[in-house]
Amino acid sequence: MSDHDYRPKSKVGQWFNDRLPLLTLANHLTDYPTPKNLNYWWTFGGILTFCLITQIVTGLTLAMHYIAHADMAFESVEHIMRDVNYGWLIRYIHANGASMFFLAVYIHIFRSLFYGSYKSPREIIWILGIIIYLLMMAAAFMGYVLPWGQMSFWGATVITNLFSAIPLVGEGIVTWLWGGYSVDNPTLTRFFTLHYLIPFLILGLVVLHIWALHVPGNNNPVGIDIKKPSKDTVPFHPYIVIKDGFALLMFMIVFAFFVFYAPNILGHADNYIEANPMVTPAHIVPEWYLLPFYAILRSVPDKLLGVVAMLSAILILAVLPWLDTSKIRSAVFRPLYKQFYWILVADVLILGYVGAMPAEGLYLLIARVATAYYFLHFLVILPVLGFKEKTLPVPLSITEPVLGGSPNLAAARNKESKIE
Amino acid sequence: MKSLFKLLSIIIIIIASNSYSFAAEKVEYLKTDWSFKGLFGKFDRASLQRGYQVYTEVCASCHSMKYLSYRNLAEPGGPEFSEVQAKAIAASFEVTDGPNSDGEMFTRPGKLSDKFVMPYDNVKAAQAANGGAYPPDMSVLVKARGGGVDYIYSLLQGYEEAPSNVSLDDGVYYNKYMYGNKIRMAAPLSDGLVEYGDGTNATLEQMSKDVTTFLMWSAEPHLEARHQMGFKAIVYLIILTVLVYFSMKKIWSRVKSEV
Repeated sequence: MSDHDYRPKSKVGQWFNDRLPLLTLANHLTDYPTPKNLNYWWTFGGILTFCLITQIVTGLTLAMHYIAHADMAFESVEHIMRDVNYGWLIRYIHANGASMFFLAVYIHIFRSLFYGSYKSPREIIWILGIIIYLLMMAAAFMGYVLPWGQMSFWGATVITNLFSAIPLVGEGIVTWLWGGYSVDNPTLTRFFTLHYLIPFLILGLVVLHIWALHVPGNNNPVGIDIKKPSKDTVPFHPYIVIKDGFALLMFMIVFAFFVFYAPNILGHADNYIEANPMVTPAHIVPEWYLLPFYAILRSVPDKLLGVVAMLSAILILAVLPWLDTSKIRSAVFRPLYKQFYWILVADVLILGYVGAMPAEGLYLLIARVATAYYFLHFLVILPVLGFKEKTLPVPLSITEPVLGGSPNLAAARNKESKIE
Repeated sequence: MKSLFKLLSIIIIIIASNSYSFAAEKVEYLKTDWSFKGLFGKFDRASLQRGYQVYTEVCASCHSMKYLSYRNLAEPGGPEFSEVQAKAIAASFEVTDGPNSDGEMFTRPGKLSDKFVMPYDNVKAAQAANGGAYPPDMSVLVKARGGGVDYIYSLLQGYEEAPSNVSLDDGVYYNKYMYGNKIRMAAPLSDGLVEYGDGTNATLEQMSKDVTTFLMWSAEPHLEARHQMGFKAIVYLIILTVLVYFSMKKIWSRVKSEV
């Protein structure tokens, strides 16, 4: 934030900027010094912004035609698909957009885990991110209920029933959430209201997320602090803008493939059957992006503890900056962490896979082992690794090779001798 | 760059295989060459028109299609009956309308704007007429079944004598593609059941293919428009991506760094 001395060139610009410094903000955003070694994993922030805006715009359009009523919701979705001009396009963008949004957010989160972007001084950015992620899950879940298909109805029933695990007040809370004694029209209308509201909460948090990012600046693949602006940085515009744009276009090609050629592959066929409280589907499964947490929920035999485990799996991420005791950010210089990182990635993918399978036999066993490992990673491996790991020498700056004078290097050497 | 691609494709494959994982435990479905699959997939008009004939002469006596209107039959991308034909089809159905100025309901010949006439007044009536089983609405049926068109196509041809270890109640039939193998619908199609106007031989296989094609269209009436637009959109995106890639290279050439 070194550009507060910016003055617009024109008189009008100065007059306006003195009263509302929007031009200063624009100047800050274009000049914002960004590490020049950011790789493509860093383009997902921009991609996520695109996803959010896409969801809001398509969502607003759908809301103009959708009817939030238990007797009419399913039909109104079919009306959108058949009779609204390009309604099929808007709905398929919105439905697949949710999946694309989560695909991007998972890459974004795992990028942060790999390069240690959650560490000091970026804890607040990280925590804001986790809140955004939680809200995304809430929005996605409620959005999935709106078409009022079989999976909508039964998914809503299963998830809201989780609250009944709370001792004493659980049942009361569930009735209160439903607005009745089962998932029904009052549930649908309130879910619609909240589904409409949450994206704007997310938008506000995204502004804070980016604001908090612009205080310390971006982390980078080397994970070291860099001077800004310096030889190590480039202005955001045009360098990062064009690179983000290129990555976004690649992403949009994948997105378009799903929308135009496989629009229903990520959804469940049962959601094209209108909700029927009298018929329970053979398997109730959430959307793919919630499957790892669903697996954790089902791997615990006790209902309440299962809910606690599932929530902890997400909330544990919020305290990650304090669980990871290593001072070195990037996994590039952490040979052991790097291996555990990939094991964690595999672990989450396995959880996602067993989450889609019936919770029985071998699947249940795998789910339990994978759940245990998930918590082991965050609660034991990460804290211990910070003390035990022999890290590699860290360079002094992005442009310069590793020099003897690096303070990080000295620290690394110290650790080496301690272990030996 | 390469690793990004690799990981993205791995993730996509995992996601895609997840949603298919349930179908994997079941029997292999019968395969046929669907004209509407693929990048430029289009419906076979003649097949759609024959499929409508099978639907209306066979299925429609039990299965409703409540989200379709007669006008859809003449719309582009569908069976594309001429407007005159579609009007004649609509007029062949009796539609209940009203109330009129006397407060009475009345029937009149169908119009293009009418929804497909329902075989039963309500779900209870449908159940009562079918031994307690409700014949599902067919508008989005192929999207509502795991195997999609292949499943429906196979199911129609999957009726067999029950194996000796399976006992069937009255009004229950054995179908090797049905979930649990027991189905409340008797084999709906048999060779020569309908007489196609265009002289096509109405074999069981042919009718199954035609009516399934028709059901695919009824579930996805804008499939052709989607494929056409998709091809254009993706070609446009690829060209733009290439252009932006070279602009990016040019801009970044000012900085000593790898992009």
